[in-house]
Amino acid sequence: MSINTNCDIPLEPERYELTESVPYRFDLDRRDFFRFLGAGIVVVSVLKPVMVAQESGGGRRRRDDSAPKEINAWLHIGEDGRVTVYTGKVEIGQNIRTSLSQAVSEELHAPLNRIEMVMGDTQLTPFDMGTFGSRTTPTMNLQLRRVAAAARDTLIGLAAAQWKVDPQSLVASDGKVTDPKTNRSIEYAALTKGQQLTQELPQEDPLIPATDWKVSGNSTPKVDGREFVTGKHRYPSDQKLPGMLYGKVLRPAAFDATLTSLDTKKAEQMGVTVVRDGNFVGVAAPSSHAAEAAIEAIHAEWKSEPQPSNKELFDYLRKNTTEEGDDDDRHEVGSVDQAFRSADHKLQATYTVQYIAHVPLEPRAAVAKWDGDQLTVWTGTQRPFGVRGQLAEAFHIPEDHVRVRMPDMGSGYGGKHTGETAIEAARLARAAKRPVKVVWTREEEFTWAYFRPAGVIDLIGGVRNDGTITAWEMHNYNSGSAGIRTYYDVPNQRIVFHPVKTPLRQGSYRALAATANHFARESHMDELAHAVKMDSLEFRLRNLKDERLRAVFQAAGKQFGWGSSKTAGQGFGMGGGYEKLGNIATFAEVNVDSKSGEVKVARVVSAFECGAIVNPDNLRNQVEGSNVQGLGGALFEVIQFENGKILNSRLSQYRVPRFSDLPKLETVLLDRKDIPSVGAGECPMIGLAPAIANAIFDATGTRLRALPLVPNGLKTT
Amino acid sequence: MAAIRLVINGKDYSVDTDPQASLLSVLREDLDLTGSKYGCGEGMCGACTVLIDGKAQRSCITRAGSVSGKQITTIEGLANGGQLHPVQQAFLDAGAMQCAYCTSGMIMSAVALLKKTPAPSEADIIDFMDGNVCRCGTYSRIVSAIQKASKLPMGAAAKGGTR
Repeated sequence: MSINTNCDIPLEPERYELTESVPYRFDLDRRDFFRFLGAGIVVVSVLKPVMVAQESGGGRRRRDDSAPKEINAWLHIGEDGRVTVYTGKVEIGQNIRTSLSQAVSEELHAPLNRIEMVMGDTQLTPFDMGTFGSRTTPTMNLQLRRVAAAARDTLIGLAAAQWKVDPQSLVASDGKVTDPKTNRSIEYAALTKGQQLTQELPQEDPLIPATDWKVSGNSTPKVDGREFVTGKHRYPSDQKLPGMLYGKVLRPAAFDATLTSLDTKKAEQMGVTVVRDGNFVGVAAPSSHAAEAAIEAIHAEWKSEPQPSNKELFDYLRKNTTEEGDDDDRHEVGSVDQAFRSADHKLQATYTVQYIAHVPLEPRAAVAKWDGDQLTVWTGTQRPFGVRGQLAEAFHIPEDHVRVRMPDMGSGYGGKHTGETAIEAARLARAAKRPVKVVWTREEEFTWAYFRPAGVIDLIGGVRNDGTITAWEMHNYNSGSAGIRTYYDVPNQRIVFHPVKTPLRQGSYRALAATANHFARESHMDELAHAVKMDSLEFRLRNLKDERLRAVFQAAGKQFGWGSSKTAGQGFGMGGGYEKLGNIATFAEVNVDSKSGEVKVARVVSAFECGAIVNPDNLRNQVEGSNVQGLGGALFEVIQFENGKILNSRLSQYRVPRFSDLPKLETVLLDRKDIPSVGAGECPMIGLAPAIANAIFDATGTRLRALPLVPNGLKTT
Repeated sequence: MAAIRLVINGKDYSVDTDPQASLLSVLREDLDLTGSKYGCGEGMCGACTVLIDGKAQRSCITRAGSVSGKQITTIEGLANGGQLHPVQQAFLDAGAMQCAYCTSGMIMSAVALLKKTPAPSEADIIDFMDGNVCRCGTYSRIVSAIQKASKLPMGAAAKGGTR
């Protein structure tokens, strides 16, 4: 086997992030699986309901009709009345364990505390591409509603048959079916007794409209909150197996380095397992302390090629474009060049964003265990099925020999799509013939994971004196195409994404490139508004027809008190947009100390709309969290790198937002019960950076066009 | 290797380990007390916070051998039987978490703060808690939780922090 710790898994930020084909196989055949579940009612989907196909692995599957029938068991009601729900989605802090339980409770008419979610276990849950792209609420929530509704109808049917009455005359509620005429009722558990029934998922099912929700739409507390405040919850890094060893990997001196000499004698004398396999060198020891000591005792020499650094980053990105990309990368309407010639004002500017790190507080972790050629790995990942494929590939074993289990983990933010740690633990466990746990250190996480892409964005806007935007040209180098299209109504547009041969390993990050593209666009909107001497909010609304986006700008502006007078050093700004089907507008108030150059974000007001609200308090939590995490990338986060090395790979060297950075946060939620619910983990982040940049300009007249904006305070000229 | 005597959550343990090993690794690996978390290994994130003789300390940079015989309280020792410590309860009530990986350390730091300053101002809280990182960004909720907890009676349940 070979592990290239740097770039063996091509990672790109969005359109591409999950295009690899993972052939689907259900690990247990139908009969085995049903034996595992025991008696009761099982709701399955056979073949591919249209809705499930896309999210649950339909994307790049074989197209031939001879493909075996796939059986997905989604929900089981046991004889004890316990409801077990199976989903390949995973819980990483976005609170879907709770919001999906609410959805099932709603449609099944069963109490919330009787529902247990089994999530992200490749042996038990239906195939799922992964938890990313804010897809859980728009797809899985709906899917589980359908599943629960089908189960409820089955239960009503069973009661009707037992009582010999019309199913239409019966009512399901609180885990029981009741006949209102006779007042008799029967528990779901009693109905399932001694039978094993399957209910296939109907193509269409009348679901409860948001206006009639009783469980969803409420601020249900985290279903397992008590586990967290008592420290009982076992995260991936907390997993422990009998006889387990602690693994550690020797890291190369630089990216893409090759091992030229290795001396492991001292380490071997320490009574640990030492593995060398190509460029992979690792140890397994009885404690993490002993594993660290053994790694330190290894002498290795590495050879690497010269590599770029931050200093030349933006030049490098412009000069290293790859092929022009596919058709989706280029969008052109109208007569752009002609429109620029006839514009009253033409404004050109370049915006940049640096590489930043996710810094999930729980670093990558995995425990691997072999039983013969069967591998089980507990690991923190947003893509259990993707990691299963990577393990199968690394060890040349069939995917059905690999089981990946994902205990609810200590966050991801798009940063845990890959299975490096799982592969490392499995390789060491195979050599040690015992289970092995690998937990990355913070330095490893900062260095050997992947980064949010850096980028250069060129923007040209053409505008008439009356404030109408007539032409728009935007070129994004490397950072990505998420959120690249403008939602403002511009008749002539040329928008191009330029892929680049990247200097660092890069991949998904919460909201992807939408943060960079909105930063550039919403900053440029402000610059154009100033060019025509128009109020920033008025200018946006003048060029914006989309009612939902107008509504959030207006709501946030009202809450913020847009237009009120300011004091010296104070500045107000806004940014907003549309991403992952949600709408956000964020207004920021900054205070700039003219002497020290310190920039303090004093207040952030966001208005967010994502359709019918599933859990208002959690939604508020997500919007607040997006704004707080977003402060880092907006103000000071930057990965410093040079010649294949990360220079600030510690938390003492890489600043993340802390309590003292906290602005006053105000969140306005617009509840559109007439619009299907969509996700909220990403979109709320995108308005903050431009809002702050625009507020700094408002306070000082200095226009900052690079993220992070003020890593060392504001240098006024 | 040496036998180190550790007093954790009121219980005596004898652990056969290198005295130079971090207290965090001993808690997690030798004693299976995994509520204290690794976040940075240099005392910069607070996820590993425990109380040593009532004061908040980062167990990742504390050598196991240096705390022999001292009173160590971890998140596992905070609740009194089934009764949550007021700070734990306040975190639940305020919904002061997302992934909750920082929560143990936040709660332990907050317990130490309230022991020192029973009625902290918002500025006191921010100042004391600034070494604890919540990457999900729930700081405002944690501030509210600590304010809530400061108004709850620190009865028998609070002993975890004061023994």
